[in-house]
Amino acid sequence: MKVHEHQAKEVFRKYGLPVPEGYPAFTVEEAVEVAQRIGKFPVVVKAQIHAGGRGKAGGVKLANSLEEVKQYAAELLGKTLVTFQTGPEGLPVSRIYIEEGTNIDKEFYVAITLDRSKSKLIIMASAEGGMEIEEVAAKNPDAIITEVIDPFLGLRPFQARNIALKLGFPKNLINKVASIFVKLYEVYMNEDASMVEINPLVLTKEGNVVVLDAKVDFDDNALYRHPDIMEMEDPTQESELEVKAKQYNLNYIKLDGNIACMVNGAGLAMATMDTIKLAGGEPANFLDVGGSANAEQIANAFKIILSDPNVKAIFINIFGGILRCDRLAEGIIKASEEVKPHVPIVVRMEGTNVELGKKMLNESGLNFITADTMWEGAVKAVEAAKGQN
Amino acid sequence: MSVLVNKDTKVIVQGITGKEGSFHATQCKAYGTQVVGGVTPGKGGQEVEGIPVFDSVKEAVENTGADCSLIFVPPPFAADAIVEAVDAGVKTVICITEGIPVNDMIPVKNYIKTYYPDTVLIGPNCPGVITPEEAKIGIMPGHIFKKGNVGLVSRSGTLTYEAAYQLTQRGIGQSTAVGIGGDPVPGTVFADVLKWFQDDPETEAIVMIGEIGGTAEEEAAEFIKEYVTKPVVAYIAGVTAPPGKRMGHAGAIIAGGKGTAEEKYKALEAAGVTTVKNISTIGEVVEKILKG
Repeated sequence: MKVHEHQAKEVFRKYGLPVPEGYPAFTVEEAVEVAQRIGKFPVVVKAQIHAGGRGKAGGVKLANSLEEVKQYAAELLGKTLVTFQTGPEGLPVSRIYIEEGTNIDKEFYVAITLDRSKSKLIIMASAEGGMEIEEVAAKNPDAIITEVIDPFLGLRPFQARNIALKLGFPKNLINKVASIFVKLYEVYMNEDASMVEINPLVLTKEGNVVVLDAKVDFDDNALYRHPDIMEMEDPTQESELEVKAKQYNLNYIKLDGNIACMVNGAGLAMATMDTIKLAGGEPANFLDVGGSANAEQIANAFKIILSDPNVKAIFINIFGGILRCDRLAEGIIKASEEVKPHVPIVVRMEGTNVELGKKMLNESGLNFITADTMWEGAVKAVEAAKGQN
Repeated sequence: MSVLVNKDTKVIVQGITGKEGSFHATQCKAYGTQVVGGVTPGKGGQEVEGIPVFDSVKEAVENTGADCSLIFVPPPFAADAIVEAVDAGVKTVICITEGIPVNDMIPVKNYIKTYYPDTVLIGPNCPGVITPEEAKIGIMPGHIFKKGNVGLVSRSGTLTYEAAYQLTQRGIGQSTAVGIGGDPVPGTVFADVLKWFQDDPETEAIVMIGEIGGTAEEEAAEFIKEYVTKPVVAYIAGVTAPPGKRMGHAGAIIAGGKGTAEEKYKALEAAGVTTVKNISTIGEVVEKILKG
């Protein structure tokens, strides 16, 4: 789960990380109020969205007066911000963050994440703060300092000091910077993050070290033990359909094509999208209905899929396995009678009683197109979609 | 021959009194697997479909001589269940549970690697392992598999079924099918299973099904170059997956431009692997290779 910068900073403050004073605001009035509370200028007005690249996209402004705070708040709130990470549709700015200004001398990057090939956490840092780490990794991989964190010992203070030294911090700040890294690790572990990032970590002209931007992703599977984090969820940052699908317990991701698919299993769902593309079409979504695929779940899946106005055909691809195909056909028919889809439906299913299942679909009086293989199904779905244009 | 499990494997089911556990314990037994016991703390002394239930894995192992455990314990307790099995001396631990926090799995995986290097953990978030016509230790539909000489390894459950079904329909059987699961911290990776298949005299060809996210396929490609002489056919799911989105499996995500299907295909092709872009043709491709 992603959270906003101001929420990540709130978590960081709890762990004693040096975060500049700042407050979120949902309205222009609130923005003025919190700027007054900070009581000195300049302040920074930052759009809060679940994506990076806000600065370059005009989502971060320096305000030198209350008038400017008011102006920038009015500009940003309600705006859709498009950054290189949001895709062309952008993300809505429903809140901003007002923070005291910082005199930047140098910027650094630090992050903790899982190294999947090692099955261990790693801490990565670079003196090229402000840049995306992928960019640094591509252009100048030697500039990235990495320490592997032992799962039994945790991040050791000496490792943290080594990184601070290599980054070139002044000697009098080494212990302070190292303690920031150790606290960052505590955030990762105690809050079940899947990624924590400070970019940039700033050395100020006054010789302080502050966390200027903060990013935390949380492990969805561990949210059950962090109710306070779960409350930080902001559904405005996800597509409406994805939020609705989540309520139905469906795994749905909207894409740009016009052939919807409904599949059981994540791997098969991805393969179905890929097959549609190979057959000359474009998938409209990823959708895993899970193992049970009963009439209710299929009906819910129909409702989600059909809310996407681009959809011209539906390809249902279910590998029954233990689930019987006649039961599945029954579910598809019942759900279709309830939802009444207005686009052609191609069904490919495999498993026990597949012939009976197909017969039921063909004799249902509803307009199903059946297919024997995934490829045949994809080709038929692509053809059916063309007929709808 | 086969890898990992066979008709002599004695299995206990952890979480056997739950809905999933009891259903699949019964299914595995019906397939012919030696399901010798189950574990649910506090329910020792009961029976599930004639299978005795014990309070701890240690007790179950002492009473039944089990060497394999199949885990259906819910996510908050599953990491502990894995360690309990490993500590009790179980040699092959297969964890079906989906949704275990990554921070729970990191120490568990490293614990096994450090203190029990000979113990194998398959999964979590996987369909299990099947040696057709001998032992089914997992949730896969047994009837689509057939005994034979193709080793199958996959990060995806339903794609394992899709591939096995295509092979079986063409009369091509499988030595063993191993579902290594879709989590970011899996107990076993492609390279481990590739080694077992390479060393198994009955396995003639290997089918490997990967997906986006991580670098396990690239590492497998490196391993194939060095070690594997048998033909390998590979498919990677997620060519059309958008970056930054988790595609169902916790581990299926393109992050920071890394873990794309293109990169994986490229690495595998460079290692001499036959790649398949259309999953519907995987059976046909394997058949051609076997016929030489």
